[in-house]
Amino acid sequence: MYTAASFLAGLAFGVGLIVAGMANPEKVLGFLDLAGAWDPSLALVMAGAITVVAGAFALMRKKTRTLLGAPVRLPVERAIDRPLVLGSIVFGVGWGLAGICPGPALVLAGYGAIKGLVFLAAMLAGSALFELLMQNRQREDGSNGR
Amino acid sequence: MLVAWNAFTPVTALIGGALIGAAAAAFVVLNGRIAGVSGILGGLLRPARGDIAWRAAFVAGLVAAPLAYGAFAVLPEIRVDAGYAVLIAAGLLVGVGTRYGSGCTSGHGVCGISRLSPRALVATLAFMAAGFATVFVACHLFIGL
Repeated sequence: MYTAASFLAGLAFGVGLIVAGMANPEKVLGFLDLAGAWDPSLALVMAGAITVVAGAFALMRKKTRTLLGAPVRLPVERAIDRPLVLGSIVFGVGWGLAGICPGPALVLAGYGAIKGLVFLAAMLAGSALFELLMQNRQREDGSNGR
Repeated sequence: MLVAWNAFTPVTALIGGALIGAAAAAFVVLNGRIAGVSGILGGLLRPARGDIAWRAAFVAGLVAAPLAYGAFAVLPEIRVDAGYAVLIAAGLLVGVGTRYGSGCTSGHGVCGISRLSPRALVATLAFMAAGFATVFVACHLFIGL
């Protein structure tokens, strides 16, 4: 049940991206190009999504179990630190270069678009590289007795 | 600022946005998790027991979306202008940045802001600003990138 719900959520999320036009990098770049002919659509996509999700979070705020009986696992991190800001800036630069972020990258792969697959492979390589660096760092920190 | 009224699609943007929102809402109400795509994918790179199936299922849903959409209607055209070198550089940056910054457009931008998380708001402002700046540099200072 839990896994099926997860699949359907991903599916609906992806269909939403297609309907909204956000699976199309050209349209995303139209939003990010403030100095050109600006397409405000992405702002409305976010506004529409946030309005709906806000209700769900308000509902779940005090709950520890979901409707399926699973534990509620929401982020507890609150620090506004360097990794958050620096990482988000690095992500934004990549997003601006191609007009693709992780959700649309998966949808583009589903389109069978070669360019989407190339982007997805590079993105996964980037994330894997980051994981490796973090693991090495943790190991070094450990051997230094910290 | 010049608005491209011919490219602006307010109705489908709101409907698509609401659908994305409904998916993320169902995900928290049923699965108790944040529908953050980079985090869900990232967890698959260091798989832990009992933590793989739901992640793989969500990812499979996203990949299957064009297939499902295409079964009922003609898929909208997509256009990727970036060349392969730019796509690879962009992919690497998105891959590293979303992990270092703990989220992307979905986790921080949609879910985080919905929860009124100051952390997510800062992250969203940071990646939006970087996106605007990058497109400005790429499209208006170096034509043809």
